[in-house]
Amino acid sequence: MRALLRRHSVLPGFGIALGFTVLYLSLVVLVPLSAAFQKTFTLSWDAFVADVTAPRVLASLQLSFGAALAAALLNAVFGLLVAWVLVRYPFHGRRLVDALVDLPFALPTAVAGIALTAVYAPNGWIGKPLADLFGVKVAFTPLGVLVALAFIGLPFVVRTVQPVLEDLERELEEAAQSLGATRAQTFVRVILPTVAPALLTGFALAFARAVGEYGSVIFIAGNMPMVSEIAPLMIVTKLEQYDVAGATAIAVVMLVASFALLLAVNGLQWWSRRYAEARS
Amino acid sequence: MSRPNFRFLLAALAALAATAALGDVTLLNVSYDPTRELYAEFNKAFAAQWEKDHHEKLTIRQSHGGSGKQARSVIDGLEADVVTLALGYDIDALADRAKLLPADWQARLPHNSAPYTSTIVFVVRRGNPKGIRDWDDLVKPGVSVIVSNPKTSGGARWAYLAAWGQALNASGRNEAAARDYIAKLYRNVPVLDSGARGSTVTFAERGVGDVLLSWENEAWLAQREFGGGKLEVVVPSSSILAEPTVAVVDKVVDKRRTRAAAEAYLKALYTPESQELVARHYYRPVDAQVLAKHAKDFAPLKLFTLAQVSGDWRATQKKHFDDGGVFDQVYQPGKR
Repeated sequence: MRALLRRHSVLPGFGIALGFTVLYLSLVVLVPLSAAFQKTFTLSWDAFVADVTAPRVLASLQLSFGAALAAALLNAVFGLLVAWVLVRYPFHGRRLVDALVDLPFALPTAVAGIALTAVYAPNGWIGKPLADLFGVKVAFTPLGVLVALAFIGLPFVVRTVQPVLEDLERELEEAAQSLGATRAQTFVRVILPTVAPALLTGFALAFARAVGEYGSVIFIAGNMPMVSEIAPLMIVTKLEQYDVAGATAIAVVMLVASFALLLAVNGLQWWSRRYAEARS
Repeated sequence: MSRPNFRFLLAALAALAATAALGDVTLLNVSYDPTRELYAEFNKAFAAQWEKDHHEKLTIRQSHGGSGKQARSVIDGLEADVVTLALGYDIDALADRAKLLPADWQARLPHNSAPYTSTIVFVVRRGNPKGIRDWDDLVKPGVSVIVSNPKTSGGARWAYLAAWGQALNASGRNEAAARDYIAKLYRNVPVLDSGARGSTVTFAERGVGDVLLSWENEAWLAQREFGGGKLEVVVPSSSILAEPTVAVVDKVVDKRRTRAAAEAYLKALYTPESQELVARHYYRPVDAQVLAKHAKDFAPLKLFTLAQVSGDWRATQKKHFDDGGVFDQVYQPGKR
């Protein structure tokens, strides 16, 4: 401890700050999580495997992670576009649009779910023309899950990318152009490397939020076994049977998978930042 | 804030808490969703009566939510003096898992501890375009049925058991035929909401499906609320006698010394006045006289009980709704 203190004590208060950090993290994150793990350990290994490899559970995990990844990718593309428009083009009502982006943060998820379902239902504003013209059903299908997850994930991407875009120096783009780069080249080789770390963070946040989302999805998904049941619903279903251990088994699988994915994204981010630094 | 002030505030708070603890009896009634309006009215009447008879103030607090969720809260330590839940199974869970009351709780009050009953009926769209009259019409190809998920909703379990029971009776108690009926029925279901109210909204507001399986009280409510004559109630020839059950939670009332009030509270549900109240909220009264008086509100149909078609709740849950049960087999044939 003394050695640690000495090395870090350019600023005073490292010991107490670290102490509080550890205490706070333990109370808020680690203790509840370890309770979930502990409950799972009441299951035998065979029971655990049987619980998490049941076909319905596998189908729901596949849907939850698949839809969350797809929604986060979608948001990475369109969120970047939204952030770009908000930063680069002055137009009337920009502030309003800027505030609108935060709405999915503020809205209770159940309200979001009910609103999205109303709009995308076969008799809704968007759902009806989609069904009549293209025969595409959104609400009560896996597509509905994707729509809900895209909705709640958007602000994560926009809000992480926006400040980086604001700091982006126009001179760099002008220099690129005066050196004969095409627009596409400027975007891919100048803008993207700078934005990439923030974009990855936004992507990871949107993904993490989407995997665990329950409130909004439950209204629009239709919840058909093997087709449109999300993993959090399987957890609720198990709890409804008073099978707490079975519920935490699924939770633990989701936690571990999410953690591994987030770790991978962090690694990618670290690598992309190094790459960007090496080039500048 | 200066220090003496703060101390004064603390003392005042403590005094307030002390008087509240001394003078009052409080009861917590943990119930399920659709009983909100019923108990709001009943509590007011009972508290007034209690104050008159015992000269002490009685405060009754209510908690509402999905029946299974409510039972879990009580198991986890929510101090409910009485529970009034949608299914006996949820109160069985309190007895089996947390030993909060004896296993034979259901024999302690008249009518299987169900002071009011209900049943499962159909709701269709105006003019009944698909001509749905009875259970057989639900499994015809091209009919889309809306019902909630029996694994997460108490009401949906009654709906499932109504379907199961009538198929069993219609086929001369042939279980294979009943399984076949259940499989056909749930293959006609495009959306499984997690709760009964969600299904009503999907059907009435989203315009999905041709027929909704619903609590009788919820059906009349939907017809009234989503007015404009857009919905019609169809009463099938037979259905299940759904018995939402009530019980005093022994461990809690003994600890809080509220047994007298809690027991009186549940007994009062059976008085003719309360039964009138029950009927006004579209629940079927168990008092024969009150039921006869309201006969025009409750369509006649052949009612069978859970015991007649599936035994008790513990066996029913295991056979039909637990993982790998009859309901799961509809969606994953041959598994487990």
